[in-house]
Amino acid sequence: MNHLSEEELTQAYYGDEEPESRRHPEARRHLADCAECQAAFQHLKTMLDELLSESVPERGTAYGAEVWNRLLPRLPLEKPRRVWLRWWTAVPVLAGLLAVAFLAGRFTQPKTAGIAPEARQRILLITLGNHLDRSEILLAELVNAPPGAADFGDERSSARDLLDENRLLRQTAARMGDASRAAVLDELERALLDIAHSPSEISAPELESLQRRIENEGLLFKVRIISSNIHRKGQQL
Amino acid sequence: MDWTDRAAAEEARKGNQLAFRVLVERHSRAVFRLAFRMTGNEQDAEDMVQETFLRAFKQLHRFDGRASFGTWVYRIAANCSLDLIRARRVRGERQPGLDTAASPDPSPERVTRSRQLAGILDHALEQLTEAERTAFLLRHYEGCNIDQIAKVLGVGNSAAKHSVFRAVQKLRGALEPAWGGAK
Repeated sequence: MNHLSEEELTQAYYGDEEPESRRHPEARRHLADCAECQAAFQHLKTMLDELLSESVPERGTAYGAEVWNRLLPRLPLEKPRRVWLRWWTAVPVLAGLLAVAFLAGRFTQPKTAGIAPEARQRILLITLGNHLDRSEILLAELVNAPPGAADFGDERSSARDLLDENRLLRQTAARMGDASRAAVLDELERALLDIAHSPSEISAPELESLQRRIENEGLLFKVRIISSNIHRKGQQL
Repeated sequence: MDWTDRAAAEEARKGNQLAFRVLVERHSRAVFRLAFRMTGNEQDAEDMVQETFLRAFKQLHRFDGRASFGTWVYRIAANCSLDLIRARRVRGERQPGLDTAASPDPSPERVTRSRQLAGILDHALEQLTEAERTAFLLRHYEGCNIDQIAKVLGVGNSAAKHSVFRAVQKLRGALEPAWGGAK
């Protein structure tokens, strides 16, 4: 049999021979018996083994975690959506809207027989209280949102729902001569307008600007105060 | 979490961040080793590790499970490193030499010999084609079999085997003249 070719010697070194080939058993036997091929194989083996001593800088067992920590901010992950903002949040808004629309009509039209003034007042307070609670949650969520771009779709739609209700409540408060409540609702309306007209994918600077505005105007604080007064008054009625 | 690579990849594809983390933590060291061998220095290798997993994350939907996740991510790592090497060539930069890691207690002779060998090897590796270099590094240092190398290179098994042989042949041609002096 002929001596082993360079390619066969290389395959023998790596164990990449093709066991099913007819030449394989012959080549194995030849390598075991032929001193010349053994010398050639040994020469190749020495060189390739020597290259194996070229090591790479060691990385510890925590390396994977380090890689992950550096990688995470770069991953295009789906932006977090607020869990509390779901379809069912629209239910109290719609109910509130109906109540406010009804009461607004009642307060502005000539008095007719029907619902008692105390009951009307109580319904209005409950509706206003609920409205302020939901507005407070939205504002608090926004003010406390982590910096950075975010999916703003839920906040926008929530603000739109609150906006219609807010408008009716502000008009009602103004007609009833409640100037301080009307003023806060007016401020709230402007903030809700801004949120409702923000892009669905809000950028970091836009979010920061909204947060700064709400904080500067002390809007969240004002809403909390009125809300707490209303709940107290509602309990007294 | 005790996922297999396949199960973790499947979960990661559904958006499970933890599953992708498992894959990153499991394969980072191997990817770093390959990237280091291919690019020749630590900083580039670190960048390639990041780039590899970033690309892997974006292309998870393309991972069909026919190859193992390790092979698939090796392929991405090899391609990232080749992109870097090509960019260096375009910019006229020379491939940096391998920053060989120091052994725990190196003798002066061993350090000198290691440096000589590294210098010769760097030059010899530069003479290889991209396929030969990748095939050799995967076969010789990472212990990948021919089937895995073929998948990484996107070629048939005989072409992969031939790439390994051509690489060894060229390295031998480049190393042997200097071998006597270094020995």
